[in-house]
Amino acid sequence: MKPVDRKWIWLGAIALLLALLVLPFLVKNYRVYQFNMVVIYAVAILGLNILTGFNGQISLGHGAFYACGAYTTAVLMHHYGMRYWATLPVAGVLCFAFGFLVGFPALRLAGHYLALATLALAQAVPPLLKYRMVEGLTGGVQGIVLNKPESPLQMQLFGVPLNTDRWLYFFSLAVATIMFLLAWNLLRGRVGRALVAVRDHPTAATAMGINLPLFKSLTFGVSAACTGVAGALGAITVAYVSPDSFTIQLSILLLVGLVVGGLTSISGAFFGALFLQFVPNIAENISKSAPQAIYGVLLIGLVYLMPTGVMGLLRQLWVRWRHRTEARLSGRP
Amino acid sequence: MEAFLHQVFSGLANGCIYGSVALALVMIYKSTHHLNFAQGEMATFSTFVAWAMIQAGWPYWVAFISTVALSFAGGLLIQRLILRPVEKAPVLTNVIVFIGLLLILNSLSGWIFGYTVKSFPSPFTGYSALATHYFSAHDLGSVAVMLCVLGALFSFFRFTSMGLAMRAAAQNPESARLVGIRVSWMLALGWGLAAAIGAVAGMMVAPVVFLDPNMMAGVLLYGFAAALLGGIDNAIGAVIGGFVVGVVENLLGAYVIGTDLKLPLALVLIVAVLTLRPDGLFGSRVVTRV
Repeated sequence: MKPVDRKWIWLGAIALLLALLVLPFLVKNYRVYQFNMVVIYAVAILGLNILTGFNGQISLGHGAFYACGAYTTAVLMHHYGMRYWATLPVAGVLCFAFGFLVGFPALRLAGHYLALATLALAQAVPPLLKYRMVEGLTGGVQGIVLNKPESPLQMQLFGVPLNTDRWLYFFSLAVATIMFLLAWNLLRGRVGRALVAVRDHPTAATAMGINLPLFKSLTFGVSAACTGVAGALGAITVAYVSPDSFTIQLSILLLVGLVVGGLTSISGAFFGALFLQFVPNIAENISKSAPQAIYGVLLIGLVYLMPTGVMGLLRQLWVRWRHRTEARLSGRP
Repeated sequence: MEAFLHQVFSGLANGCIYGSVALALVMIYKSTHHLNFAQGEMATFSTFVAWAMIQAGWPYWVAFISTVALSFAGGLLIQRLILRPVEKAPVLTNVIVFIGLLLILNSLSGWIFGYTVKSFPSPFTGYSALATHYFSAHDLGSVAVMLCVLGALFSFFRFTSMGLAMRAAAQNPESARLVGIRVSWMLALGWGLAAAIGAVAGMMVAPVVFLDPNMMAGVLLYGFAAALLGGIDNAIGAVIGGFVVGVVENLLGAYVIGTDLKLPLALVLIVAVLTLRPDGLFGSRVVTRV
């Protein structure tokens, strides 16, 4: 990467960060909540991307890990009175273990079969949460209603107070930043290259000394932990969990976000999340089933026309624009 | 004992539906080596079409046959228009396209026909004399219909040159092309057949579970379990797998785990078969050369 590029990227990142910090004070409460959900979806999509995009293991059931994280937080807050921030590491660790366990049989499955097994996993989640034996813990069909945490700081910006929703937005943003930095560090180095090698040519990867079973199941665990943390944030933000919010729809939604944002693109997760949060609202004005139809058409259309998603398109445009300016600067036609 | 037999027989009736869905899945797997995640929605859409025809006053069997024919054409069209460009693409691309198809068909069913639950007539109520203590007339009828479908498929593949060509295209596409078989069209034919079988399954299951856009979600999962249990490339195995899964599901649901956990049971079945015996009971072993 050229130094010029790096400078632009840093400037862009700082501008984005400032915008993200000021944004909640410029809009109404409900919008703040929506932006919060965007951040949370982005973390969830990031988790799926680690597994499906980078490691090539197809998961149609990441909603299950999201649900696992959400329920961990809800149960800990409701039954054990834990503070909301303290539940996040627990949710992460539990989901890691859950993902690792799921990843273990997944080692024997490849391609379609893994997709099928994870699809079945996603379908199994709501009935399991409603099951009589665990009703005491999960609240059965009713789910669990939580209290939204109060903001610990009293401050104002542009005359707008830092209320609960705005505080939670900043909380999610901070957690998301940490998750993205962790993921970025993990994926750009040795481990990331190993993951891609396992995806592209497992035999060659083994020959290069990569422990295939360990890597695959660990990736499953890390991916599940990331999505699980998103689920935990989701539970805190929505302040309510119920089995019917974690149906197969959620898993498919995450897949749509992944494809829209771009497979194997870390920052693409944000575009995917923006899409998931705002496009259905607009589409629902047309018809109740319009969002689904749009998802479907987009999935197929993107796979044909823009397989690298929004992020890939942006990258292409950037490269083209730079070539043009360089040509102009050096006086070539 | 009495109750036990009841459970077994109603399991067989369910199993017949799972078997027909499994049969459709096997059809597509055999010709393209893909698991069709949109099979359930395709069947649901076909059933809605049949429902609309019956509402319009068509006699049941006319609507039945027209629906099967239309579904065949629809399956062919889907393969030609949507799946053909990604025939050789990686698995992930295909899975994404299947999921896209699933979403489109599901929302189309909802958009065109509405989300209210509808009742679907059974053609076999007139023959109530055939109903036994354990089997309702509809159960018996749907088993008969499925056995007919199976028989027709078997003779198609065994005795017609078209069937032979399809088998050849599935087994060895390169050689098949060299002897003049249009392999790509054979795949499309496989899709058409799968859509038609799915339509039959949908019309047989709709009187039992009632018709709505998400009717097949659970059934599809059991269909997959059945197909895997029987061996994903074996048509007869799929039907036997369907019966086994239906009975197992019913007995476990009645005596061991209760009815709430039926979907997780499908997960357990799928994972168990895939990890313990990936080729299923009757499937052929696949050996890949590295």
